[in-house]
Amino acid sequence: MSGAQGFWGQALRRLRRQRMAMAAGLLLSLIMLACLLLPLLSPYDYFTPHFELLSRGPMLAGGHILGTDPLGRDLLVRVMWGCRISLAVGIAASLVSVLIGVTWGATAGYVGGPTDALMMRAVDILYSVPFVPFVIVLTVLFGRELWLIFLAIGAVSWLDIARIVRGETLSLKQREFIEAARVSGERGAAMIARHIVPNLIGIVIIYATLAIPTVILFEAFLSFLGLGVQSPLASLGSLVADGTSEMQSHPHLLIVPAAFLAAIIYCFNYLGDGLRDALDPRDR
Amino acid sequence: MTAGPPLRIRGLSVRYPSDHGQIEAVRDIDLDVAAGEFLGIVGESGSGKTQLLLSILGLSAPRAELCGSIRYREQELLDLGSAALNQVRGNRISMVFQDPMTALNPYLRVGRQITEVLRVHRDATARAAERRAIEMLESVHIPEGPRRMRQYPHELSGGMRQRVMIAMALIAEPEILLADEPSTALDVTVQAQILSLFQELRARTGTAIVLVTHDLGVIAEVADRVAVMYAGRIVEQAPVHGLFAHPRHPYTEALQQSIPRIDAPRPTHLASIGGAPPNPAALPAGCAFAPRCIYRLPICEAVTPPLIETTAGHWKACHHDGALGKLRGEAA
Amino acid sequence: MNTGVPQAGGADPQRCDRTGSAAQALPPQPCALLAVRELSVTYRVAYRRGHALLRAVNGVSFELARGETLGLVGESGSGKSTIARALLRLVPAESGVASFHGTDLLKLSGARLQAMRRHLQLIFQDPLASLDPRMNIGDILGEPLRVFEPQLSGQQRLQRVLAMTRAVGLGAEQLHRFAHELSGGQAQRIGIARALIIEPELIVCDEPLSALDVSIKSQIGNLLKDLQRQLQLSLLFISHDLAAVRFSCDRVLVLYLGRVMEIAGCDTLFKACRHPYTRALIRAAPIPDPVAARARRSAPLEGEIPSPLFAPSGCVFRTRCPMAIDRCAREIPLLRQVADSQVACHRAEEVGD
Repeated sequence: MSGAQGFWGQALRRLRRQRMAMAAGLLLSLIMLACLLLPLLSPYDYFTPHFELLSRGPMLAGGHILGTDPLGRDLLVRVMWGCRISLAVGIAASLVSVLIGVTWGATAGYVGGPTDALMMRAVDILYSVPFVPFVIVLTVLFGRELWLIFLAIGAVSWLDIARIVRGETLSLKQREFIEAARVSGERGAAMIARHIVPNLIGIVIIYATLAIPTVILFEAFLSFLGLGVQSPLASLGSLVADGTSEMQSHPHLLIVPAAFLAAIIYCFNYLGDGLRDALDPRDR
Repeated sequence: MTAGPPLRIRGLSVRYPSDHGQIEAVRDIDLDVAAGEFLGIVGESGSGKTQLLLSILGLSAPRAELCGSIRYREQELLDLGSAALNQVRGNRISMVFQDPMTALNPYLRVGRQITEVLRVHRDATARAAERRAIEMLESVHIPEGPRRMRQYPHELSGGMRQRVMIAMALIAEPEILLADEPSTALDVTVQAQILSLFQELRARTGTAIVLVTHDLGVIAEVADRVAVMYAGRIVEQAPVHGLFAHPRHPYTEALQQSIPRIDAPRPTHLASIGGAPPNPAALPAGCAFAPRCIYRLPICEAVTPPLIETTAGHWKACHHDGALGKLRGEAA
Repeated sequence: MNTGVPQAGGADPQRCDRTGSAAQALPPQPCALLAVRELSVTYRVAYRRGHALLRAVNGVSFELARGETLGLVGESGSGKSTIARALLRLVPAESGVASFHGTDLLKLSGARLQAMRRHLQLIFQDPLASLDPRMNIGDILGEPLRVFEPQLSGQQRLQRVLAMTRAVGLGAEQLHRFAHELSGGQAQRIGIARALIIEPELIVCDEPLSALDVSIKSQIGNLLKDLQRQLQLSLLFISHDLAAVRFSCDRVLVLYLGRVMEIAGCDTLFKACRHPYTRALIRAAPIPDPVAARARRSAPLEGEIPSPLFAPSGCVFRTRCPMAIDRCAREIPLLRQVADSQVACHRAEEVGD
């Protein structure tokens, strides 16, 4: 399926003009680069405790640039690992939810009628499932695995995307080029795949980008409750949780991970907004 | 005190930036509107006709750059601030738009919108304004005035909404009425009613009307004088009969010949104009019509032809001298 | 423009089966490609707090012969676009028969409907809106071939697409472009190419010239006429523009509020119409000649088109008709032959020019 380069080219140009979004994108890329490379370059790892260097503050000379945590582990490396985990969860869970949500929503919207009603009632029912108890149950059943976090979050966040995609599909159905495709003989799954989905991509990218910070915050929330990743692995959320208890005596243990968490979330939000301006068909 | 034409436009240019570059919507326009005359401005999309109208009342896009001069009586409209311009708008010069549904406020009753004009410009009391509004509704042939006043725009048909707009535009008895494609969105029988209404109102009140349209048939029906616009410039200007009988610009001639007629025998082919209207962001040098012109000369691609008067009142912007008529031979 | 132009789909003109139930009602006619009988289309619309039934098309009957261009003329609410969509099965018809090659189009479903689609195509009013903004032109043109002739290889498909592109007067470089890069005229040429590429027999043109600039209308009008003649196509030409209809059509059908007012040959209609509404339409149509336009001097038709939700009783045109009498409110006039036209008017004989 040859893509719409003209469309993307124009969108890219519009995006370049959004300075905040470009700055956000740049910062995000730097953070991603850092969290990939720094742990490899650093002499320290994220799990080995060093009992002689407990909870030291930031010291440029002594090797631990951002200090150490209560078990003597290098904070910078742990924060970088935290970024890795948080970003991985955010992006992966968003991808899963996009896949499920787009398929569900586009089918419901296109087929319409009782099928649509049934599919969207399913979404409504799932919406009403209380998320945290659900994750607790899963954790009890399967233990605190990373993939479980992915699954739990992805399984819930597709609901939003499904609703949005269904709405877009309903309005796309009215557009003349869909009628034209019907007259040309397209129908069913081929219609959805060739005509509906490519015209949804813009909206989906926007919402996926904006969903990522939500997912990251979710995970942080879970970690804060002690339901997230298992020690010694750390996500930004668990680092913030740990840092909170040391807030009074060693504030850097809270400030550093919190700053990175905030930065990542801000950047995704700005990028998402910029993408919305660049891609949203209503603009034209 | 010489009574010159109330509206004099000289050297007007409107430029604005867009995704595709700098767009010169209107280029160096000289135009007069005489008292009480019915001036038709005809052009296709990209000709700049709507931008021209909007710039008279300061309704151009915020990022638009205007230069030149628009004199209404003794005032230079381009120099006026928004408060002073508000005094002119709706009051001395008013405007009717193409789509009455978007031009009327859907949340306000019709009566409120009509009387607002008087309450702003004449400082009228609510009761006096209402009386006057009902009179106006009658003069635009909307029956049951009091009932209509209490309705919302969506409760009226397209033709009626357009009449309401006309009533709003004329209630303050302006000297000039600008109309941007007022009947294009309407059915043809309703269009005929609206055009007839314009003529009737002009005869009664002496308001000058500037009607912008792409439809030569509408122009032929109602206009006294016609200006033909192409790519932001006026390429021909003449009294209506002269323009149609003896067009002096190839674009006018081609346009006229390419329109199918219901009162003439059917041709096998319509005389058509090759090519397409130019992109306003990338206008060619010289005469903008040259790429499509069958009378093209080498000078046309280099030098923009000035608007000059050939016979009395008949102006053209074309390097070609002498009569046209190649197309008339072809079209059966 | 003559090279590579495909010939019309191959049904033998002699074999004109009219075995459906529609056949009994038809008066003897030369072979009609499409015979529509009593077509009605109703929409459920939201009204006040509940629903109402809006009859957009009410008992419309007409025939279209092979190789003929029939114009459907009307203003808003006339139902002309709805007829197009009902015939193409984009909206459901409430009742009626549309006999095409002996089968009722309106009763087809599934695979048979799909098979019929290749004989009936549609050209849209807004050419840019009818092209998928995310597909390039080559893919858009290739789509009908992909659906109806899947046995073609990619190369063969490309050849057909190229041939069609040239047939509508465009070059191969357009195939890589996208809808928003085309002008209105170019986009409509692509719309025409897309409709023609699978060699249909009948093309419904829904206001094909209305969205185009004046200087482009004539180009596309000429193109349609040429292609129709070359390919022996049958066209249903829907328009509110009488002048365009006069140029393009052989016969004309006038609609008002979902009903047929008059059917006549093109010249007959414009020179000697028999229905007051037709006469009013012709008189209201703009003429680009001030002498002719101002010589007409007739009062425009009064009133507005009533809402289809509240269609007048009897003759739907009576509320605006200058010749209305009592009978018009009581009795719906049936379509009958008067001189050279079929007219639905009690006083058709008195409408003379």
